[in-house]
Amino acid sequence: MAKKFICSQCGQTFEAASMPDKCPICGADASKITEVKSKGINTNGNVYTFVYATVMVVIVAFLLAFVASALKPMQDANVARDKKNQILTSLNVTGLKGDAIDKKYAEVITEELQEQGGTVYVATVNGVTKYVLPVKGRGLWGGLWGYISVDEDKQHVYGTYFDHESETAGLGARIKERWFQEQFNGKPIFDETGEVVLTVVKKGQSKAETEIDGVTGATLTSNGVGAMVTEGLKQYKEFLNK
Amino acid sequence: MGKLFSKENCEVFSNPLNLNNPIAVQVLGICSALAVTSQLEPAIVMGLSVTVITAFSNVIISLIRKTIPNRIRIIVQLVVVAALVTIVSQILKAFAYDVSVQLSVYVGLIITNCILMGRLEAFAMMNGPWESFLDGIGNGLGYALILVIVGFVRELLGFGTLLGFQIVPDFCYEHGYMNNGMMTMPAMSLIIVGCVIWAHRSINKEEK
Repeated sequence: MAKKFICSQCGQTFEAASMPDKCPICGADASKITEVKSKGINTNGNVYTFVYATVMVVIVAFLLAFVASALKPMQDANVARDKKNQILTSLNVTGLKGDAIDKKYAEVITEELQEQGGTVYVATVNGVTKYVLPVKGRGLWGGLWGYISVDEDKQHVYGTYFDHESETAGLGARIKERWFQEQFNGKPIFDETGEVVLTVVKKGQSKAETEIDGVTGATLTSNGVGAMVTEGLKQYKEFLNK
Repeated sequence: MGKLFSKENCEVFSNPLNLNNPIAVQVLGICSALAVTSQLEPAIVMGLSVTVITAFSNVIISLIRKTIPNRIRIIVQLVVVAALVTIVSQILKAFAYDVSVQLSVYVGLIITNCILMGRLEAFAMMNGPWESFLDGIGNGLGYALILVIVGFVRELLGFGTLLGFQIVPDFCYEHGYMNNGMMTMPAMSLIIVGCVIWAHRSINKEEK
């Protein structure tokens, strides 16, 4: 097997079967040449590469699986609490944190009805009955969802909450901000013929009372919210007309 | 301590802030500079996240650099970064849910950020953990600096606000001032980055 040598005059390494008389590159004396002893394992070998890759993947997989399963209960609790907070936000109850959310939720939400279109949450805010309707839709990059609360007469919106999976930060993601959601408050759901017409249009182009200003620079996400609101409310039409 | 903060190490930290800025000089990480700078707050969050992740992935890669097979080093680096980001986001989701919701959009952007890979490949593979840590922090902050400048300009001119607070007074709007809708478009951030690079180069002309 070839050994590796280094020449101290030119600094080059080369391979040879045994100690050469002079450096094949610059011709320096054998006294300038020293053998390079390979240290440990050859990190460029195929076997090493395969073993390394396998071990690394297994370690990382176990690590991720461990972290994910160890933290799952806490994450689920957080997700469940966040959902309650979203429903409360759609009822214009905001600014709660931690246990206060669970407490307020238990106080406000009195019943869950299974209606055609999905689960309807019955809420009592300040002694007045409201209904919260969950809706789902599509944004520009991923899913959208939201909660629309309606007044007892089921003709007007009381409040809304929208959220998204992966809309662009600073543009589409702004549908999560309160100023956008609050535009819906008090808007009528139906037109004179009894059709669901509440929707979102480009900013500055809203004419009717049922058209909400979209977010500047996020037309596709705004359209997605509009479609979600209109289609979502249509699914609950039977309930709303009851 | 003297060795830890030697002159070379200080330069490792401070160079990326100015003379070797990842965005302005190396022109890395432009894609995320477009995506998150339409407002100041996401720009700051993104800058800090990249700083933390770059520093720690630099340290990890630097610790195992002598064992990494040369031919699959990029894959190894990617696995380390992806695992690190995923674990951090899982932990945040369990203990700081609000922060994790805010950061969820950035996780994908952080993993694929060219600065991370660039620093791992160019620095951490050849240097010790402490220098790599400083290099990660320095590059992250250099990146954050540009993001904040771009985010500042875009939010101020595009929305008339900073960090969500209104800056442009109402009477300006009453007298016909309008927010520049162009500023909210991703293309404008390229132009602003271009202006920043131009300013940066003309200031540092002699030193190069």
